[in-house]
This record gives sequence, C-alpha cells and structure tokens, in this order.
Amino acid sequence: MLATLHTLTDPWADPVGRRALLEVALLGVTGGALGCWIVFYNLSYSAESLAHALLPGLVIAALTGIPLLLGGAAGLLVAAVAIAAAGQVPAIGRDTAVAVVVTTLFGAGVLLALSPSSPPGLQGLLFGDVLGVSDTDLGLAAALAVLVLGALALLHARLLAVGFDRLGAAGVGVRPLVVDLALLVLVALALLVAVQGLGNLLVVAVFVAPASAARLVARRMGPMMAASSAIAVVAGVGGLYLSYYAGTAAGASIAAMLVAAYLLAGAGRGFVVRA
Amino acid sequence: MPDRGDLTLVRAEGLAAGYGAAPVLTDVAFALHAGERMGVLGPNGGGKTTLFRVLLGELAPLAGTLQAPARFAVVPQTERSRLDFPVSALDVALMGSISTLPWWRRPGRAQRRAARAALAAVGLREQAGATFGDLSGGQRQRVLVARALVQDAGVILLDEPFTGLDGPSADRLETLLGELAAEGRGVMIATHDVDQARGWDTVLCLNGRQVAFGPPAGTLDRDVLEATYGGAIVELPGGELRGVLPPHHH
Repeated sequence: MLATLHTLTDPWADPVGRRALLEVALLGVTGGALGCWIVFYNLSYSAESLAHALLPGLVIAALTGIPLLLGGAAGLLVAAVAIAAAGQVPAIGRDTAVAVVVTTLFGAGVLLALSPSSPPGLQGLLFGDVLGVSDTDLGLAAALAVLVLGALALLHARLLAVGFDRLGAAGVGVRPLVVDLALLVLVALALLVAVQGLGNLLVVAVFVAPASAARLVARRMGPMMAASSAIAVVAGVGGLYLSYYAGTAAGASIAAMLVAAYLLAGAGRGFVVRA
Repeated sequence: MPDRGDLTLVRAEGLAAGYGAAPVLTDVAFALHAGERMGVLGPNGGGKTTLFRVLLGELAPLAGTLQAPARFAVVPQTERSRLDFPVSALDVALMGSISTLPWWRRPGRAQRRAARAALAAVGLREQAGATFGDLSGGQRQRVLVARALVQDAGVILLDEPFTGLDGPSADRLETLLGELAAEGRGVMIATHDVDQARGWDTVLCLNGRQVAFGPPAGTLDRDVLEATYGGAIVELPGGELRGVLPPHHH
C-alpha cells in the first residue's frame, strides 16, 4: 500500500518533477480545449506547419540570448509572410506553398541547432524540455491557459456558428474572417508557449491527439472540450510517470501517451469511422 | 399587430445587383407586406440568391432603391451545414441570438428560453437535445426556421427549402410557412415548384432581370414561365403548366 503510494508520489518529490507536472497540466488544459476547434476547423496541418516553421526563430533566439518567446514570434511572422508570398507563385497550390516554406524553415532551424559550433541544449527546442521549465515558463503557461480558455468561452457561439455553416454565418451576424483570425491568433500564441515545454516536433500532439480522442466519445462541443482537456492532462501526467520509471525522454513519453489515448478511445468506439 | 397587408416590409424600385460592374440581376421592383408569402421563381443563376444577398445586406445594390425596414433572416439549404458538427438542435437555434447580443455577451438563460420556444413553435420541442445531423431533412429545415425566429426576423428568406423533402415533411413545412405569415411576418421562398407557388400570395419571377411580379393567378401564364425558365418547362399530360424541371434536379 505504502509502496504504491510512493510509486505514485516519487516523481513529484523534487521541484523539477512538480514544475513539470504543473506545466503539463496547464498545457494539457489549454491544448485540449483549443485542439477541439483546431480539429473541427481543419487546422491540424496549419498548426503543425506553424510549429515547425518557427524553429529558426527559436534557435536564433537561443543562440543570441534574446527571449525564446520573441524569437518564436518573429519566426512565426516570417513563416506567415513566406507562406503568403509562396502562395502567390503561379502553379504552386496553397498546400505546396506551405510545405515548401515549412520544410525550408525547419531545415534551416535544424541546421543551426545541430551544427557542431552550437552550444549544447538546443536539441531541447526540437524535443522539448518539460523537466527544465522555469517559473517564468510556468507563469506564461498559466497566463496562456487563462487567455485561451477565456477567449474560447467568449467566442464559443461564434466559433460554433462559423464551423457549422461558414457561408451562412453572415446571416446570423457573424463574420467568418474575424472568427478565423481570432482562432489562428490563439493557435499561434498557444504554439509559442507550448513549444518551449513540449518541443518543436511533438507540440502538435497535445493539440490534435486529445481532441481527436474526445471527438470519438463526446457528442457536443462543450463536453468534448472538457473531455479533451482531461485526456490531455491524464496522458501528460502518464507520460511523466513513464519517463520517470522507464527512463524515456519526457516529451516523447507524453506524445506517446497522447497517441495511446486516441487509440484507446478509438478501440472503445470499435474504431467507428466518422466522416 | 398591424393589419395584414398594411405594413410594407420590403419595397424595391429599379433594383440592380451583381458582383462586379456588370449586374446579374436588373429591373427588380416589388413589395412585400406583412403576412405575405412570396414565391421567388427562376432558373439557377437567375438571380434568386443574388437578390437574397442584397436583402440581407451582404451585397450593395448597383442601382435603384431598396426600402427594407424589417429585420431579415435566412434559412439556408441544410446540405450546406456540416452534419458531423457536434451541435444539438438547441445549439443551432441559439445561434440566432448572436446578432441580438453585444459581442462580449454570451447567450444566456433568456436566449436559451427563446431558442426552446422557437423550437416548440416549429414543432420540435422534443428534439431540442437531438444532434442536428441526426434529424431528418425536414426537421433540419425547421430547426433553421427556429433559428430565424430567434433572430426575431420580420422577413424570413428561405432558399429552396422543399428540396429533398418527402411529402409529409413538405406539407409540414408549408403549414409552418403559413403560420409564420399569419403572425405578421413576410416570407420569401426561393423555389422551383411553380405549382406550389400558385398557393402563395405573390410570385416574383427572375431570369437575370425581373420577368414578372404579382399575385400568382394573373402572373404565372405561359409567356411569363417561358421567359423565366427559357423553355425548360415540363408540360404534364393534363395540359396545365405545373412544374419545372430544374437543370440540377435529382
């Protein structure tokens, strides 16, 4: 009995573990709720692209010592402009434009991060370093949670109206462009904050996997967001346990648990495929 | 409540509309009064949707005048909405309250009550909690009518609402439209069904321009129908001009 209790509490015995727990919980709640809209607005690919494309910004920030948040924001801006410009080239579709820009930027970021002359620790930008989060990171994650959940609550009816019938939204007094922009800004902000804890390669998992799992078990948006957040937090904490006891990388363990949650939900639904 | 037919909800004079400099619809002149059902007839691309967009304020008229003191709401074709979207009938009806609230206010108890009342008014009290995509085509159409009621619309525009409905569902919707008009609203129905439109108060025939407008009895003759549909009229064995076969009919 006592041994079981110790097994459960050991990972949180020191501040590093406790901070990781809090970070994972905050990002899980935020990513889970926001993820439902990402999935229903078909933004999964965009979110993944944005996450990858901001890598050079993060790396340059890390190399020059400016705050990662600023570097990431600049990276996002460059990526957005580059995608818009590439999309203007005739005979390149939007999809291709995004892919070209994102792989270029991501490749540049990886080159910078993994060159022998770069200081060690930059791999953390790729795979995340949830065990190394600072109090500042936690503060940011908490602020992000408040901002995103508040904005989603405020925008709920409009997000529903646009997602339900984009062309008809104007008829009920909702401008789809404004709603889209608001959602994209939230996604970009969430990525900027979450990427520092979960890493460039894995961050999208927390936005897409729990929401996809929740979609299989919930029939309404509100419950779906709650379920998604809960799944994200549980999987995140599970990932930390896995990492602690199996000695695996924390970010990868969390991503694995998030995907496992989706597979579990799918199995529970008998892999019912929904259009 | 004003006298039936007394209150003008829409008055258009010499209206032209389009998406560039060249209008796709010209010479539109009609009036809609409280309590009237108006059939809007015409081929696909004839200007029905364009006219609706002008009335909804989504498109500015290129010429002419439009007096429309009433509040408008549109009932779109249900196939356009996503049937896999996780919303209940009540959620959809509640969307009608967005335009009645300032942007920082979430729909609350009063709006919820209004949405439930609207669903009851269209005969869907029991289905309020059902998933929109699980409802039948006719029920979905009525949920969207309920949404228009929550918008407190004086004029309700319906975009081919009878498409794909079976007989009983169509009858049910027809009755509902009559009730909406009887309560003093104006109802404009884009349709391909000439025979059905004969039962309404006025008809507006569009084919890039206004072909005719007036009570159906004196308006829907052979010349008008041919000018409206360009000869795609199906003449039934009885000899009476009843229906029209739209190009996309399925």
